Amino acid sequence: MKEELEKRIVKGPDGIEFEVEPLRDYYCEAAPTVMPQAYSKIIEGFFNWARAESLWILGFGTGCGAIEMRPLMTPRFDAYRYGVQWRPTPRQSNLFIISGYLSVKTLKRAIRSYEQMQNPKYVIGLGSCTINGGMYWDSYNTIKCLDDYLPVDLYIAGCMPRPEALLAGFEELKKLIRAGKAEGANQYAENFEWYKANQKKVILDWDMPDYNW
Amino acid sequence: MEFEWIKIPYSLLTLFIVVNYGLLMTAFIAKIAARVGRRHGIPIYQNYIDLIKNYGLRSSITHGVMFYLGPVFRLSGGVGLLLFVPSIYGSEMFSNLSFAGDLILALYFIFFGTLGMALGAAESGSPHSAIGITRGLSQVTAAELPMALAVFSVALQYETLSITEIVAAQQGSVLNWTLFTNPLAVVAAMMAFLGSMMRPPFDVVLAPQEIPIGPPTEYHSSYLALMQTNRVIFPVAKVVIYTNLFFGGATNWPIFFLKVFLIYMVSAFVGVAFPRFRVEQSIRWFLIWAMPLGILAILLV
Repeated sequence: MKEELEKRIVKGPDGIEFEVEPLRDYYCEAAPTVMPQAYSKIIEGFFNWARAESLWILGFGTGCGAIEMRPLMTPRFDAYRYGVQWRPTPRQSNLFIISGYLSVKTLKRAIRSYEQMQNPKYVIGLGSCTINGGMYWDSYNTIKCLDDYLPVDLYIAGCMPRPEALLAGFEELKKLIRAGKAEGANQYAENFEWYKANQKKVILDWDMPDYNW
Repeated sequence: MEFEWIKIPYSLLTLFIVVNYGLLMTAFIAKIAARVGRRHGIPIYQNYIDLIKNYGLRSSITHGVMFYLGPVFRLSGGVGLLLFVPSIYGSEMFSNLSFAGDLILALYFIFFGTLGMALGAAESGSPHSAIGITRGLSQVTAAELPMALAVFSVALQYETLSITEIVAAQQGSVLNWTLFTNPLAVVAAMMAFLGSMMRPPFDVVLAPQEIPIGPPTEYHSSYLALMQTNRVIFPVAKVVIYTNLFFGGATNWPIFFLKVFLIYMVSAFVGVAFPRFRVEQSIRWFLIWAMPLGILAILLV
């Protein structure tokens, strides 16, 4: 446990001493819950259509695959015309692309970012590293199967997949969302214990609350 | 003056028209900016979908009361600005809730949203929001000076504080517009206009590349949707004031749409041509170039 996360007594500017417990005071620890769909099937379908047509990606590149996302913003591939945008903050994003290998150190940040996103949220695993470890299959500090740690909706295979493959992947994800099959956030809430156990198995210096949003 | 209740549905109709026009126009301008970068850009209806999606998100979290009120204040700033200014001159239906001293109220409303946003973003506790708000308030304050000077100059020129009367004085010929009768004030006000449109070179407040999107960093779901709604209302409402004060107002909706679009395009033009100012550079720019023009405009009147 890092020193700044430990419970301590702090003296305020007015001389009053009070106790600070960062893990409790600065984070919300309530576990995620399964969020019900809209009460009517038609409305849920309508929302799903809107969610599919407006994918906001978290601008967080985890591995070398991040380089394949950049051309999508440029004139040659221009993903904006398909309703795909990049957002700089996890709060406003719906789609988290794990781009390439994910080291254990980055996994910690990826989990925190994922948990700050709002339901419904989607995860795409980009490149073969997220499927079976790829060329890092025997590395000691990268994870091998992303599905054990975050609920993945879609994998885009390849090392590296080209930007066209990513565009095709977005279109596939849109189909999944419209069909109501992309319920990763609820899946994460349902199997929360299992995901946490898997995450804690690889992250040995676990110095954050179990759930933090 | 007696209040007529029919004004309320009429004003709501104005609001409805302006929201739809704003959604389409901002998408169109984004498309133009994308074409400058040789991209296709977003579909023209993308803003609607983003709005529906954000309202349709299942979860949202709060950081406290002010976090709720931030977007509400911001939206009421935009809506209030729109509703207390006559959008169509000479039309009983679309003169909204304008009254004799509405110019002062409009000046107040321009600032109101930013202040509300500051309170809300401060409650969210994200350091990026705090940086964005600091930059935003200092820049908007600097931009507001020439704007206020220009507005006072116009008020002195026409000797009234009622926007309707100012528009009435500009009717007849294009040469009666404030643009030609008091050009210095218009130039100062247009410089201030650039500063408040959140486009380059004055977009350091949002600065998505360095401080994740600034004040709204923590805002999401319906909060963000409210702020998006305001982001399409507020610029149009602000341009309506400019049309009324400086460009002869609008006597019907097509003229209104055209004038609003052209004035908005000024900031888009400047935006695609110039890189971003740092905040101290932009403040210096307002104080050195725009403010003397405003003072001169008042002295000459």
